[in-house]
Amino acid sequence: MPATIVQTNTTPFAKIDIDPVTLDIIENALRNARIEMDATLVRTAMSPGIREQGDAFPLIADHTGKMIVGQFGSFIGGFLDGFDGTLEDGDMIFLSDPYSCDGAISHSNDWLILLPIFKDGRLIAYTAMFGHMSDIGGKVVGSMPINARSIFEEGVRIPPVKIWKKGEYNDDLMKLVMHQTRKPDWCQADLNALIASCRVAARRVVEMAERFGDDVYVSATQELLARNHRAMKALIGMAIAEEPVSFEDYICDDGMGYGPYKIKCTMWREGEKVVLDFSGTDPQSVASINFFLNENMFKMFFGIYMIMVFDPQILFNDGFYDLIDVRIPEGSLLKPKFPAALSGRTHALGRIFDILGGLLGQKTPEFLNAAGFSSSPHLFYSGNDKKGEWFQLFQIGFGGIPGRPLGDGPDGHSLWPGFTNVPNEFLERYFPLMIERYETEPDSGGAGLHRGGNGIRMTYRFLSPGTISIHDDRWFVPPWGVNGGEPGQRARKILEKADGSEIIVGNKVEDVEVAEGDQLHFITWGGGGWGDPLDRDPALVGKEITQGLVSAEGAKAYGVVANDNGVVDGAATEALRSSMKASRGALSLFNYGPGIDALRASCEAETGLAAPIQPVWQTAEAAE
Amino acid sequence: MGYRLGVDVGGTFTDLLLFNGDTGAFWRHKTPSTPHDSSEGILNGVNAICADARINANEIEFFLHGTTVATNAVLEGKGARVGLITTEGYRHIMQIARSFVPGGLAAWIIWPKPQPLAALEDTVTIKGRMNAAGEEVRPIDDEDIKGALTTLKAQGVEAITVSLINAYTNGAHEKRVGELARGIMQDVPISLSHEVLPEMQEYERTLTTVANAAVRPVVGKYVSNLREKLAIAGMAGKLSLLRSDGGLMSAQKAEEQPVNILMSGPAGGVTGALWVGKNAGIKNILTLDVGGTSTDVALIENLEPRRQRTTEVGHLSVRASALDVKTVGAGGGSIAYVPELTKALRVGPQSAGAVPGPVAYGKGGELPTVTDANVVLGYLPENLLGGSFKLDREGAKKAVQTIADALGIDLMAAARGIIDIVNENMFGALRMISVQQGYDPRHFALMGFGGAGPLHVNAVARLMGSWPAISPVSPGVLCALGDATTRMRTETARSYSKLASQTKADDLIALLDEMATQTRGELMADGVPEADIVSEFEVDVRYAGQAFEVPLTITPDVLRNDGIEGILKRFDEEHLRLFTFNMETPHEIVNLRAVALGKALDLPAIELPKGDGNPIAAKMRDHTLWMDGKEQPAVIYDRSKLRQGDVIPGPAIVVEMDSTTLIETGCVAKVDAVGNILISLA
Repeated sequence: MPATIVQTNTTPFAKIDIDPVTLDIIENALRNARIEMDATLVRTAMSPGIREQGDAFPLIADHTGKMIVGQFGSFIGGFLDGFDGTLEDGDMIFLSDPYSCDGAISHSNDWLILLPIFKDGRLIAYTAMFGHMSDIGGKVVGSMPINARSIFEEGVRIPPVKIWKKGEYNDDLMKLVMHQTRKPDWCQADLNALIASCRVAARRVVEMAERFGDDVYVSATQELLARNHRAMKALIGMAIAEEPVSFEDYICDDGMGYGPYKIKCTMWREGEKVVLDFSGTDPQSVASINFFLNENMFKMFFGIYMIMVFDPQILFNDGFYDLIDVRIPEGSLLKPKFPAALSGRTHALGRIFDILGGLLGQKTPEFLNAAGFSSSPHLFYSGNDKKGEWFQLFQIGFGGIPGRPLGDGPDGHSLWPGFTNVPNEFLERYFPLMIERYETEPDSGGAGLHRGGNGIRMTYRFLSPGTISIHDDRWFVPPWGVNGGEPGQRARKILEKADGSEIIVGNKVEDVEVAEGDQLHFITWGGGGWGDPLDRDPALVGKEITQGLVSAEGAKAYGVVANDNGVVDGAATEALRSSMKASRGALSLFNYGPGIDALRASCEAETGLAAPIQPVWQTAEAAE
Repeated sequence: MGYRLGVDVGGTFTDLLLFNGDTGAFWRHKTPSTPHDSSEGILNGVNAICADARINANEIEFFLHGTTVATNAVLEGKGARVGLITTEGYRHIMQIARSFVPGGLAAWIIWPKPQPLAALEDTVTIKGRMNAAGEEVRPIDDEDIKGALTTLKAQGVEAITVSLINAYTNGAHEKRVGELARGIMQDVPISLSHEVLPEMQEYERTLTTVANAAVRPVVGKYVSNLREKLAIAGMAGKLSLLRSDGGLMSAQKAEEQPVNILMSGPAGGVTGALWVGKNAGIKNILTLDVGGTSTDVALIENLEPRRQRTTEVGHLSVRASALDVKTVGAGGGSIAYVPELTKALRVGPQSAGAVPGPVAYGKGGELPTVTDANVVLGYLPENLLGGSFKLDREGAKKAVQTIADALGIDLMAAARGIIDIVNENMFGALRMISVQQGYDPRHFALMGFGGAGPLHVNAVARLMGSWPAISPVSPGVLCALGDATTRMRTETARSYSKLASQTKADDLIALLDEMATQTRGELMADGVPEADIVSEFEVDVRYAGQAFEVPLTITPDVLRNDGIEGILKRFDEEHLRLFTFNMETPHEIVNLRAVALGKALDLPAIELPKGDGNPIAAKMRDHTLWMDGKEQPAVIYDRSKLRQGDVIPGPAIVVEMDSTTLIETGCVAKVDAVGNILISLA
């Protein structure tokens, strides 16, 4: 039963012809309102995850729930269809259960605020924002147990409820929710920040409607959607072929010893529509790496990638949604059945972008980027410090950005929008640890005419005993290179005990105990390379040796012979390059490395970790 | 008080304003800039303006100068080659930066990553480590340091910067590196991060130290060259430069700490607006400085401009105080276009710049710009710059017609559309510094200056609800006016980072006293008499765990009387005003700041003769322009002939040498006692 929207004024909005100038002004004003939402959030949030790293996402939608500005597209339509209640002036919805909103948020750590905006008794718009809470209770610190077998192990799960009901705050509800988390102070501040941001946007929308008139405002939002529809239609016609193309990639493992998990997507055009079909994707995991992918969100990802790859001038909104048909098999890794665990969805979320890049670029290699989005490396460290006080750290790390048509991939930068690293001096001031090393990992970026960005080697020295958890991927299946570029190096985690002994740690582990003085080397993946590495200027390779970005040994991947001071031996380089050219086969569009079987065979020797075991499913429903 | 000369060097013109401190009389002059050596243009201007005022250059007591020389050195990568010494394990600190990629999802695909300001190959590391409490965890090693220095020396670096982890809590290691460096590289300037910026956050502290070192030689050369040239002209007055925060510093000090003049250029306009506001009796002002390629906006509350702790230059965010000036890529030269796929009307950020410039300037520009739209609509009549060059209205029409065709609307609607969009972009920037910071723009006047500010100020004031819209006296040289009329300033800041509950008022007072002594000493060293120096203090407070601090002004006396509690109460009020809520979380005292200010100058503005309210004597001719969807009759006035009390009904245009003021329909302008044009709704 769909939501009942209670309006005291049921006069429909009149459709008004909007001149192009007014339209652009309203679009611009909406964009500014969105920027204001971000600014308000960063200033008032408290957890490092949101305030320093920016893990939160705003949107402003029209009166039917279609996103006009934002990043991840709108879930509101689907939410309203499933919400069995009323929505009226003074209400504000609060939720965190992915299964209650079609995966608009994809794990329970993301708390979402949805505010319907009423003006003079009529629903005129929606605004929403969600942000990642550092802890929502459950069995592990940080509330993302990699080994959870159902969502019930992943902390408090909030169905759509009214945090404000007709202007009245539901204090009891919030007491109940905050009682579940290990960090109620952070959660309360972050939630306040989400609410304040939505209220700012609501004020701006009402001001705009006052300035232009309600009918003009609403008509303008419809025209903005239509304009985007027209632009995307033209773009799709130009860039997407009717002949199907497929791309597949893997999540390395599920943290329980099984993997890799395949994600496959096939794309083709039928008339003006694009079909994106995930048939062939592996079934859901018994662990928490499942990613409940909202179809609309994927449409938005697709749209944004199309725009960024082919024509960055276009501003995106939900207008093009009916041009795209997303098909995700039920019970697959991307559409798991309740109550599958979801907290570890970040790897599949990242991998989706690699897949999109591979899909969109393969018919137009000049626009193709290598792989590197891949994941969002997490570290948790918690315990009691020497004064006996509880601490818990949740950090998001960064890998390398892939080689691009534009040039090299930046080293150790964020592929997620708006994210920044946390200053190490801040970490050392507020947590019992020292960061002994924070440098890029030489040679980790895939060789290419345009080098993939290096990953980061971050060395934590723990000053209090405690436990750590790690969530990372791309440790088994490397990020691929394109147009002749080599794959990037894989992620590694090494625990160096105070006595100097080293333990290779898995990339998805929970509750590893660390002692005072232990060091953790947290090494992330490099981006894949772009273009033929033998075409890269040897002098540049030599320079990067002096910069500590490439080693003399690593230079050989470019066919460059140089010493540790970056001095290139011209003759030897020429000889090496011609022999490499002669012995290698034709360059492939994609370079995935040696393939799953070979990776498995050499896994233990190369990574120090046992190869993941091929998962077996009782029902092969999602198989091809 | 003698003559003060303000000089602002812009990309196209060098503006000069000579001010007689005793009478308030002033002279202004505009001369083409000479980018290959700015001092030439300045000298031309000095000679011309002295001749105009019938004085000798040696009568100029103060030469006050806003310059973009440091800004351009950073933007164009023309700074010195800087060697960076940092802690083992942190060699890539400038390469990784904050890992931030600007733009939205997938924006990394199109982001060109800038090169670090200190090249990676010129970055070396040394052993030794401090912890966050300022305790030595591992010692430094002299031989290791000498090795690092020798490497950098061999590579030919022109400046050395030392930035070690946690140096903000204990600078002993940096000091030792500095000592050894002086022994090995006698002629190379050395900057230590704990001296340049004793604050937490290794990347920002390092970047600031490196930026300072990179621009030092450029600024040094610029200043000594300027000094020489001015001496030849016979000028012996004191040379001061405008800081990014709107105060002045001696040229000598600027050579040592050029990081403080990175945003010297835009600061001039704001200080000019302050002077105008003081004389016009208007205390709350939003400024709108419209140039050729961009527009700068700032907020002044109660005659105090808002400042911020960071200076944004290009992609770099340097930790040095600056006026809170926001810039949007919207100016007279901004190009209008209609993208094929969306058929939307976009204006900027691409700009026609000075060359080829707008079509109407007839210098080879072919793409329609904001200026062209103003010409087409009749807002910019065809005798710009006192009639010295003619505008090509037909060319402008042809260019704007391409937009009209692409949109399927008529010429005038397209031209007005371009103006509306660019006004909207300015409006967006103004909202960021007002509404978004908790200020209600309806309590502010809007002052438009720079070449094109007075053309747009009326329309933007209407969007903001900020009245009156002000076209100040000599809007085209307001920056130079600001240079001439502001006061000496210096400041220092310290990281404090303690919970309020663990802080005693006496401890804070002792620290503030110490910082006051330091800053007052700096001004005295610059020749400011001690009796003239005023000290001010600020303390940054937040709820422990927040990223955003609220700066609160404080004095040791208030602190003594009200205690820490008094500060916290004010913080809670301010937080409520900004974000509509308070929390029970403990408060943290984050930073302390001390400012020392030279004497505030009481520089009068000269009064205009009183008129009878009728501006007819200043009327140049009748005119038609396009506004509110139709062609309308309007009148053009000569600003130099207006008298105080004159009332001008819109639509009307007021022209002067270097600027044009547009008064829209439904509005009325009044000339105040000192010649400012104040526009209000009729």
